[in-house]
Order: sequence, then C-alpha cells, then structure tokens
Amino acid sequence: MPRYVIRRLVQAVGVLWAAYTLSFFILVLLPGDPVSAMAGAGADSAPVDPARLEALRHEYGFDQPVPLQYLNHLGHALIGDLGDSVATGRPVTQLITQALPQTLLLTASALTLAFVLGGGLALAATFSARPGVRQVLLSLPPLGVSVPTFWIGLMLVQFFSFRNQWFPAFGNDGLKGLVLPAVTLAVPTGAQIALVLAKSLITTLDEPYIGTARAKGAGRRHVHLRHALRNASLPALTVAGLLVGQLMANAVVIETVFSRNGLGRVTQSAVSTQDIPVVQGVVVYGALVFVVVNLLVDLVYPVLDPRIVLAPRRPVVAAV
Amino acid sequence: MSELIAPVAPVLERPARMHDGRLRRTLSFFGHRPGLLVSVVVVFLVGVSAFAPDVFSSQDPTAGVPAENFRAPGAAHWFGTDSLGRDLFTRVVHGAQLSLRATLIAVAFAFVVGGTIGLVAGFVGRWVDDVLMRLVDVVLSIPTLFLSLAVVTALGYGTTKVAVAVGFANVAGFARVMRSEVLRVRLALYVEASRGIGARWWSVLGRHVLPNSIGPVLVLATLEFGTSILAVSSLSFLGYGAPPPAPEWGTLISDGRNYLANAWWLTTLPGLTIAATVLATNRIARALDGELRQW
Repeated sequence: MPRYVIRRLVQAVGVLWAAYTLSFFILVLLPGDPVSAMAGAGADSAPVDPARLEALRHEYGFDQPVPLQYLNHLGHALIGDLGDSVATGRPVTQLITQALPQTLLLTASALTLAFVLGGGLALAATFSARPGVRQVLLSLPPLGVSVPTFWIGLMLVQFFSFRNQWFPAFGNDGLKGLVLPAVTLAVPTGAQIALVLAKSLITTLDEPYIGTARAKGAGRRHVHLRHALRNASLPALTVAGLLVGQLMANAVVIETVFSRNGLGRVTQSAVSTQDIPVVQGVVVYGALVFVVVNLLVDLVYPVLDPRIVLAPRRPVVAAV
Repeated sequence: MSELIAPVAPVLERPARMHDGRLRRTLSFFGHRPGLLVSVVVVFLVGVSAFAPDVFSSQDPTAGVPAENFRAPGAAHWFGTDSLGRDLFTRVVHGAQLSLRATLIAVAFAFVVGGTIGLVAGFVGRWVDDVLMRLVDVVLSIPTLFLSLAVVTALGYGTTKVAVAVGFANVAGFARVMRSEVLRVRLALYVEASRGIGARWWSVLGRHVLPNSIGPVLVLATLEFGTSILAVSSLSFLGYGAPPPAPEWGTLISDGRNYLANAWWLTTLPGLTIAATVLATNRIARALDGELRQW
C-alpha cells in the first residue's frame, strides 16, 4: 500500500512536469510574439518603442535560445516559483493560490450536488417500477450534457434573481451566492454521473447475488441501496474523478457568468492580456487538482470494494 | 447480342426491388426512433443554415433597425430583436455558419492529428508507442478548456484560432481510440496473412489496418462534434471568438447577458439552438454507435 502510494505520487509529479513542459511549449513556440503582445497588452497594439520591446525581451528571457529558457523556467518552477505575472507583476503562485480557494469551494459544492442529483436520479430511475417514469427520468441526463453550462447559469439568474429575487445574481457573498453557480455546474456533471450510474445499476441488478439477496427475504429498497448501489458505484466514482478537471474548467467559465472572484477572473484577464506565466500557472494547477483527485479516487476503491487490492497499474484515464 | 442483354435485365430489375425493401426498412427504423428522426432533421436544418443561410433568412445579420429594438419574438421577428434592432433569428441562422465551421475545423483537426498519432503509435509500436502514449496521458490529465485557453493565448482571438484550440485539446482522445483499434486489427489473421504474402508495410497499413480500425474513430468524431460545439461556444462566450458584430452562437448569448432582465429571448433562444444542435448530434452519434446494425 505505501509503495503503491509513493509510486502514484511519483507518477503525479511526472504528470505535473509534463503539463508544465507542454504548456511552456504551446505558449512559447506557437506563432505570435509574446513580448509585443505584452507591450501592446491586447489585440490592437499601437506601434511600440523597439528599445522597450528589447528590454522586455531581456527581462523575461525571451532573447535566450528556447531550450535554455525552458531549463531556466523549469528550475524556478521546481522550487515553486512559476514566475511573475506580466500584467500585475505579482508572483503567479500567489495570484493563483489566492484565487484557488473560491474556485475549489465552488467545484467541491458542485461535485457534491452532482453526486446527490445524479445519484438520486439514477437510483430513482432504476428503482421505479413504472416504465413511463423510468423512461422520463432516463431521458434527462442526455439533455443535461447537451446544454451549454454558462447558458444554464444565465437561465437560473434570469429566473431566480431577476424574476423572483431569491438568490443574488453576482458576487461571492456567503452560501446564498454559492447556490446558483453550484447548481449550474452540477447539471452537466450530475447528468454524466447519472448516465454511468444508471447503466451500471442496471447491469448490477441482473447479477446473481441480487437474486440471492432477494431470495433471503431482503426488501427491494434494501437490496437496491445496500447491495446494488455499493457495487455499481465504482464506475460512477471513476467517471466523477475524471470529470473533476472538466468541472473545474467549467467553474472558470461560470465564475465569469456570476462575476465571482476566483480562478476564472484570473484566467480570463490573463488570457486577454496574453499573460503567459499566469496562463501556464493555471494549466499546471488544473493538472494538479486533476491528479490529486484521481489519486484520492484510486485510494477509495478498496474501501468500497474489498476485492480490489491496490496494485501498480497505469492511471485510469479512459475515454468517458 | 441477345445473349449478352438477357442476363442484364434481371440485374437491372433487382436493385429496384431492393430499393423498395430498403425504403420500408428505413421507414420502420425511424418509425421506432422518432427522436432520431427529429435529430436528423435538426442537423440537416443547421447544416443548411451554415452553408446557405439565405434559405431561411435573407436579411443582413449585422444591419438593424434601431426603431425596432427589443421586440419580443413574434410573427415579424421569430426570435425577437436585440438592442440595435437586429433580427435575432437571422443572426442565429448566420451564426450557424461561424459556429459550425469552427466545430468542423476542431473535429477535423483532432481527428487527423489524433488519428495519425494513434495510428503511428499502434502500428510502429515499441518505444514510439511508449513515448506517444505517455504524451497522450499527460494531455488527458489537463482539463481541455485550460489547454484550449493556453492555445488561444498563444495564437490570439478569432473563430479559426478558437477552433484549432478546441481541436488541439481533443487530440488525445482520438489518439487513444485509434491506437487501441490499430492494436486490435494489427493482430488479426488477415493482416498476418497479407504480411505473409509479402505485402509492403504501407499497403498493409492502407488496405487492411486503416479501413478496419477507422470505424470507432469516426463514431468518436460524431460524439466529439457535440462537445466541440459546446467548447467553441464557451470560448466565444468568453469573448475569444470572432470580433463583435459577428453572430457566433456563444457571442450572441454573451451579448444578451446584459439584457437578461428585460429581453429574455436574447439569451434563451440562442442557447436553446445550441442545446438542440448538440442533443441532435449526440443522438445521431449514439445511433451510429451500434443501433445502425438493426437497420
């Protein structure tokens, strides 16, 4: 067990390194001169003083050959220094770690809600004895994954903030401000969890041990929740782990919809000012959250299903 | 001569009969799947508005009548008008051109690049496979939107650039599916046989491996179509798509945001259009992924 965890931690560090490298090369090698973009700060840049460009180039090390730049940056990144924001001059790590808690809070509440909504939907659909109800419930998840997330947010704002002033439309204040964005984010994720869980519940309910449990006199609800759900939840858990990255990315969009402070605002201003160090930091932190969550998911497996022994294997990154 | 003509006649007759049976089969196939039929119609309509927007609306999507701003949906303006009096339906129809083009570019990019990576990895094997697949694993562990944003930061704004960014973020998925299919096919008996009779590697690849492994990748492409529409619209909602007067779907919604309180249609209807398109393409993808065998 400890050996397995250490192995996975090493793997996680490898993924972070690779994410850093990949984002570095995307941002530095792709066409487009970062320095003149920085100096112009935006799309329509007025002609900039060449001397100033040269100074900026030197300051950010863009006048060095690319491999040297890369090693230089990587060395700094290893000691936790992702560089300074070009727009504000503040350290990237500080900028992101300040914004991250808000985003993580939103992501975590959305994930919880997604589990409750998606799980409830899947359970209700498979438990229902009426084919009509089942059909209607099972047709909801495909709908949930087809709707743009930011649009759900705007619809909720329109109904719950403008028509009936139940929840604030903007801002970070308290639990009440968290409700609408969390619900918004929970819809696509919950729908995907519901899809997987319902499918896996249906196959699990056909297993012989379900028949055995019934024959021993266990009630329908007991069998459904105790025997079937526990075994059927593994694929849903795997998918939820994989969805966390997507959820966090959606959170970035949703934060701009609800004008919340968080990673979303940092990301958006960084992209629009071509603030390369910040964008790179966001990519690396995104990968970090994804890796950590999936490590946790892997560690939870044996708790749910004692037959699973933690063994070295490739990380579960399957197509959903 | 007559001997030559005689056998031809029945052959000519047969396709007609087959055609009749096929038509009936098609009708019953769709009859049992009304949702699929609706989906095909929706995708067809969106396709027409993308390639020939004038069929549905001959108005100019960027020219408005200021006196007629904020008209609610009605007979004159099906989707209402916006703050400048532009007809929203016209803008949505013309927006299909931009949004669908971006989606097509994104899917094609991911399909070609990812497919090639997967093909090479699976066919060559050894260390090439190891290196490429490690790379793919890494790309899969970065949330796709962040990856797209990194590419947008590097490339700049615009419909095509956003499309490439979305396509780039989806390369890994295609590579993975293509590789696993190539690995499956590579071990098949007919591949071994064609190698055995001395076929060159390119002919084995082109004649046997590629045609037999491309199917699931094409299904993935149809599935990715829906998610790419959503991704493209997210990026254009954030303002990285075409500059303002262009009626990209995501931009339309973000334009309507400021009028949520007084003009619900400006956000609601473009959003419903996106949702309907994605739902329809997903339904078709699901049909391609198995149901077609019951045709």
